[in-house]
Amino acid sequence: MSTDVTAKSPAPAPPGKSGGAAAGGGLLQLMLDGLRRNMRQYGMLIALGLIVALFAVWTDGVLLEPRNVSNLVLQNSYVLILAIGMMMVIIAGHIDLSVGSLTAFVGAFAAVLTVQHDVPWPVAVALCLVVGAIAGAIQGFFIAYLGIPSFIVTLAGMLVFRGFTEILLEGQTLGPFPDSLQKIGNGFLPETGPETNYHNITLLLGLVLIVFVVLQEVRDRKRQQEFSLDVLPRNIFLLKLVSIVSAALVVTLLLASYKGAPIILLILGVLIVGYGYVMRNAVFGRHIYAIGGNLPAAKLSGVKDKKVTFLVFLNMGALAALAGLAIAARLNAASPKAGLNYELEAIASAFIGGASMSGGVGTVLGAIIGGLVLGVLNNGMNLLSVGSDWQQVIKGLALLAAVGFDVWNKRKVGS
Amino acid sequence: MAGPVLEMRSIVKTFPGVKALSDVTLTVRQGEVHAICGENGAGKSTLMKVLSGVHPHGTYEGDILFEGEACEFKDIRASEARGIVIIHQELALVPYLSLAENIFLGNEHAKGGLINWNETLRHASELLRRVGLSDHPETRVADIGVGKQQLVEIAKALSKKVKLLILDEPTAALNDEDSGKLLDLILELKKQGITAIIISHKLNEIRKVADSVTILRDGQTIETLDVKAAETTEDRIISGMVGRDLDHRFPERTAYEEELDAAPALEIRNWTVHHPIDQQRKVVDDVSISVKRGEIVGIAGLMGAGRTELAMSVFGRSYGRHAGGTVLKDGKEIRTKTVAEAVKHGIAYVTEDRKHYGLNLIDTINRNISLTALNKVTKRGVVDEHEERQVAERFRKSMNIKAPTVFEPVGKLSGGNQQKVVLSKWIFAGPEVLILDEPTRGIDVGAKYEIYTVIDQLAAEGKAVVFISSELPELLGMCDRIYTMAAGRLTGEVLRAEASQEVLMRQMTKDKEVTR
Repeated sequence: MSTDVTAKSPAPAPPGKSGGAAAGGGLLQLMLDGLRRNMRQYGMLIALGLIVALFAVWTDGVLLEPRNVSNLVLQNSYVLILAIGMMMVIIAGHIDLSVGSLTAFVGAFAAVLTVQHDVPWPVAVALCLVVGAIAGAIQGFFIAYLGIPSFIVTLAGMLVFRGFTEILLEGQTLGPFPDSLQKIGNGFLPETGPETNYHNITLLLGLVLIVFVVLQEVRDRKRQQEFSLDVLPRNIFLLKLVSIVSAALVVTLLLASYKGAPIILLILGVLIVGYGYVMRNAVFGRHIYAIGGNLPAAKLSGVKDKKVTFLVFLNMGALAALAGLAIAARLNAASPKAGLNYELEAIASAFIGGASMSGGVGTVLGAIIGGLVLGVLNNGMNLLSVGSDWQQVIKGLALLAAVGFDVWNKRKVGS
Repeated sequence: MAGPVLEMRSIVKTFPGVKALSDVTLTVRQGEVHAICGENGAGKSTLMKVLSGVHPHGTYEGDILFEGEACEFKDIRASEARGIVIIHQELALVPYLSLAENIFLGNEHAKGGLINWNETLRHASELLRRVGLSDHPETRVADIGVGKQQLVEIAKALSKKVKLLILDEPTAALNDEDSGKLLDLILELKKQGITAIIISHKLNEIRKVADSVTILRDGQTIETLDVKAAETTEDRIISGMVGRDLDHRFPERTAYEEELDAAPALEIRNWTVHHPIDQQRKVVDDVSISVKRGEIVGIAGLMGAGRTELAMSVFGRSYGRHAGGTVLKDGKEIRTKTVAEAVKHGIAYVTEDRKHYGLNLIDTINRNISLTALNKVTKRGVVDEHEERQVAERFRKSMNIKAPTVFEPVGKLSGGNQQKVVLSKWIFAGPEVLILDEPTRGIDVGAKYEIYTVIDQLAAEGKAVVFISSELPELLGMCDRIYTMAAGRLTGEVLRAEASQEVLMRQMTKDKEVTR
């Protein structure tokens, strides 16, 4: 129903009132246009909020207790990492079915290195990331340069990497990992400084982040004015700042009142900001959207489509390796059955978060929102002790509903 | 002569923003072969789509009478049930099914959902024999040539008990020998009592098979001529096709200051391209053209003349297999093997098919404009969004792109505005040579004028412009020099002063004689 409002309300905005009101109407129009363009993402953000609120009520607030928020991050970090890479793959117009197996393979490789051969953890981590990138690059080569469909190549990869995992582990579970490596999966930032009720470094980090974001926004606004482009009016801009700051503050306080920020959250934060920036502002990101949106047009515009495709898969491999390390470290063991169905969760996250089957659409933030929708559903249903049987049913229906809503919304806009 | 089998009266068909047919009347007599000709965009294909139910009853105005009865076809099946079968330019065969399966696709010899293969194969061989094919009906369509595929299409039409066969440029993709066979078959079917409508550009073909010819122009019927009559010469048909007076307004050409006798900015020598799949076929055959700074050079030709193929092949080998020829920029040979190389040498190609090859329709105006020259708004690999937006705003104003903001998805703009975005995109790339392929296709008159103005400005700034168009008046109105192409070969070069529509059309229809 909400689409009804956005689709129709711009029309009756009556022209010819006083000057101020007309300017306000134009701005409203601009904002509504923006809202309509990003309907899917705002829709999902609202849905995420609803799901969080609903489960918070049903679990008598347990969902939002600091310990559980911390848990939620730890439990879902690997899906979110994979979802970032998967979003890029899907925007480029491809799919990657191999990431679940690849995370398992990298986990096994890490275990063999650190548990069996006592390789120091930084070396092991670096080697794992390289192995993941190579695995991705090999698949990317077949897809980009030999023109084999990504579905086929990564389906093969799914079987091959799963097989290699079992070969490496000889069918056994291998562990435990050295403490330092475990930290990646379930460690927190160290506790220092004066005794407060909060975790000091987390607070500090949160504050630094808030200051950074505010400065960035202000600088952005200034630059827009320099280029004499339209900017948000002062009061609305302030409102935007206040809402960003308060949201960041709430999360910081929640985390700081338990054990502090998990290390994996920091890694994830860097990835979200970094990849978000790349997809939005870097030439590489633009080219991914271009080849996914219209491959022939991108080619005729001089985009090196093969190289871009190759790099997208190489990157997916490296991110899968990172996710594999995180999950192995968290479970403190490498198992032949690790990472089962992770590829499907990552793909579902991307689609819930606004990706399109035909490519060219989607954002990193969308993938994160999609991953969080699934994560909160998981976590909330666990808290309510819903069986895994019904959890799968509900997650399946959530995916169908999200994409169904999108298709319906697009048809309305198109007609 | 027999009476009319088909009458189409006062047909009017409008698409959003364009009137494709405005009062077309067509009368086809029983048992004749009736040709329809006209320039690209004259409304021939649209008329046939109205007749065959592709555009269903209710989406057009006017009456259709077939065998004396009013027809209101709601889809193709309805027209086929009456015995009207259309064979489109693009063949509609499934490559990996057999000839027999294709012939009866949607019309299977079946009982209770199960196919009777014996009957299917028997009937298929019979139909294939009728169209002069001796291939086994279980051969896959992919394994026979385009010429034979065209015949299979006709066999498919025969299986539907066709009374009126419509062929939309049936020989456009065929070589001379296959064309000859196809035309013979049409005459053979005529003896069997099948009426045919054939859309064709090739006047010699029309003279060979047609009894009468109806000429369309700008969505209107101009006249119907008796082909066998002595006064119906090729020139007579041509003057009917182009007869429009040159009252289209074009901007006054602004002269380029520098002298025009410098070395050509771009020269293409002996360029030859083979068809990407049918590698025996030369789509572009030994073509040499050149263009100087400040000059607008037209390339005229009918569909299938090889103009787009030439341009795309030169522009980063984007079409077919290159089989020879060199490109010179300012007298020096350059490599244009990839699009990136061509762009680096200052060449831009603005495609004729903006939706498929020109734009990312789901992306915004600003991102489409910046795509080819992203490095201009980029520092250290990072796109400066503000600068990008400002560039886009500049083009929105200077090109008069009608959109509320530059963040509007390009897919939502009208054709004319989309074309302006494509032009902006390439102008932003800062080329020295622009190849414009049908830059005014499918856009309204007002937007056309704006685009002509832009083209004039580009030339006045010293850019070399190659202007590919099927609309002769626009070439005559805008170009300094016009090349003509037909069937992949260069057939002429005329200066603006000597050019007229008749001269150009004669050179554009200069084709090798159809082998008999």
